[in-house]
Amino acid sequence: MERVIEVKGIKKAFGDHEVLKGVDFAANKGEVTCIIGSSGSGKSTLLRCINLLETPDEGQILYHGEDILSGAVNMPRYHAKVGMVFQQFNLFGNMDVLNNCVTGQMKVLHRTREESVENAMKYLKKVGMDAYINAKPRQLSGGQKQRVAIARALAMDPEVILFDEPTSALDPEMVGEVLSVMQNLAQEGLTMLVVTHEMGFARAVASEVVFMDQGVICEHGNPEEVLGAPKTERLKAFLASML
Amino acid sequence: MPNASTSFFGWVAFLLQKYGMLFLRGTGMTLLIALTGTALGFALGLLVAIIRTIALPEKKKAGSNAGVIVKRGLLRFVHMLMNVYIQVFRGTPMIVQAVVIYYGAQYAGVFMDTTFAAVFIISINTGAYMAEIIRGGIVSVDKGQFEAAHAIGMTHWQTMTTVVLPQAIRNILPSVGNELIVNIKDSSVLNVISVSELFFQAKSAAGTYYRYFEVYFIIAVIYLILTLTVSRILRAVEKKMDGPDNYVIHGSQSDSRADIKVSVENEKEAVKRWNA
Repeated sequence: MERVIEVKGIKKAFGDHEVLKGVDFAANKGEVTCIIGSSGSGKSTLLRCINLLETPDEGQILYHGEDILSGAVNMPRYHAKVGMVFQQFNLFGNMDVLNNCVTGQMKVLHRTREESVENAMKYLKKVGMDAYINAKPRQLSGGQKQRVAIARALAMDPEVILFDEPTSALDPEMVGEVLSVMQNLAQEGLTMLVVTHEMGFARAVASEVVFMDQGVICEHGNPEEVLGAPKTERLKAFLASML
Repeated sequence: MPNASTSFFGWVAFLLQKYGMLFLRGTGMTLLIALTGTALGFALGLLVAIIRTIALPEKKKAGSNAGVIVKRGLLRFVHMLMNVYIQVFRGTPMIVQAVVIYYGAQYAGVFMDTTFAAVFIISINTGAYMAEIIRGGIVSVDKGQFEAAHAIGMTHWQTMTTVVLPQAIRNILPSVGNELIVNIKDSSVLNVISVSELFFQAKSAAGTYYRYFEVYFIIAVIYLILTLTVSRILRAVEKKMDGPDNYVIHGSQSDSRADIKVSVENEKEAVKRWNA
């Protein structure tokens, strides 16, 4: 099994508040890892550390065995390979849907506009947003925005996409459209790391479920094990609260 | 030649006839120094604001290397210099700055052309205000926009120029318009260094016949016309930047997308190829 991302002994504190207290974790190629846990358990921070939106205080993040914190890895290149989808979508407000998916390809991957547009259209079609290429983000619904955000991440042809609670800011009736797009991607073999509160999605799609609590990984394993037969009291209590 | 019984309007007509060209030249000069001064001030403010928003490189807790410390120190020093610049030029009147800079330069053996001096003074004065306005604009852009751009792999510079500044500038356009209007009016203080702008011309015209009220009434109207016109133009620019309120849906997801319209020609080609 090929390891794409491996995290070793990551610690991160904000001031006196220690959010990650030594996390070890790995994501394999083609697998979907769902990270679950209550608010404040450090799951989003873990994801943000992997994408270097936060700098870990201690520990290593290996991308195909190379330590990305050592300064030896080209950062824009790494970011292009590791995509991210945010809870608040974060579509570029000054650009229409098409340009949201085109800019990164041109600026970071130095593709021509033509290539970038072609590639963007491919993924916009995949998420069902190809009809809206001229719309501005403020004209779209939450579910539509999130689908465009997914297309924007895909357009960079990444190896891994990190999803930071992609459906938490959505109205209930829009959660389904985003989850079904994600499920399709999983079936196509995209490596995904998903922080989520959608237990149904985790159960159906995840190859591995990781339960975090108070800054450490408490339990991990395949979905049946973790969600079906929780071992720790904390996970039992968490799962009970999700019902 | 008007006499003691000439009415207000009579004097206005007479003065316009006699000094119309003078007022016009003064208006031209006022516009020239206000517009170039604001534009250069904007550029200066932009530069200062971008540098002031570069985060200090983080000190690693374990074993910071020398490079980071030097970089931090240098950036700190530059930030401090910029802060001094902003505080000094916001904290003193432009009329005083004009005299100090113009005559101070002469003291040092530099004799500036008055028009050059005028543009120079307005630019650095405006730059100090603009730096803060633009910094406010940058700070007001949602942090998620920076994060999304970084997450895609854009550098700080790319993030700024393609994502953040277009939004920041749109948001601060009303304040930038204010600065331009202030400059159209406040360029009048530059008469202290004999810049031949509108107020300076009015002063000499008024002195000839001792008709202060009439002359200054005329230039008040001219100033008002200038500022109203500029406000209108800026509103139109804001509207243009906002783009259309609606958007075209290109075909439906199910039918043939023969009616796709994309503005740029090669985009059309790419879309067509994809559909083929």
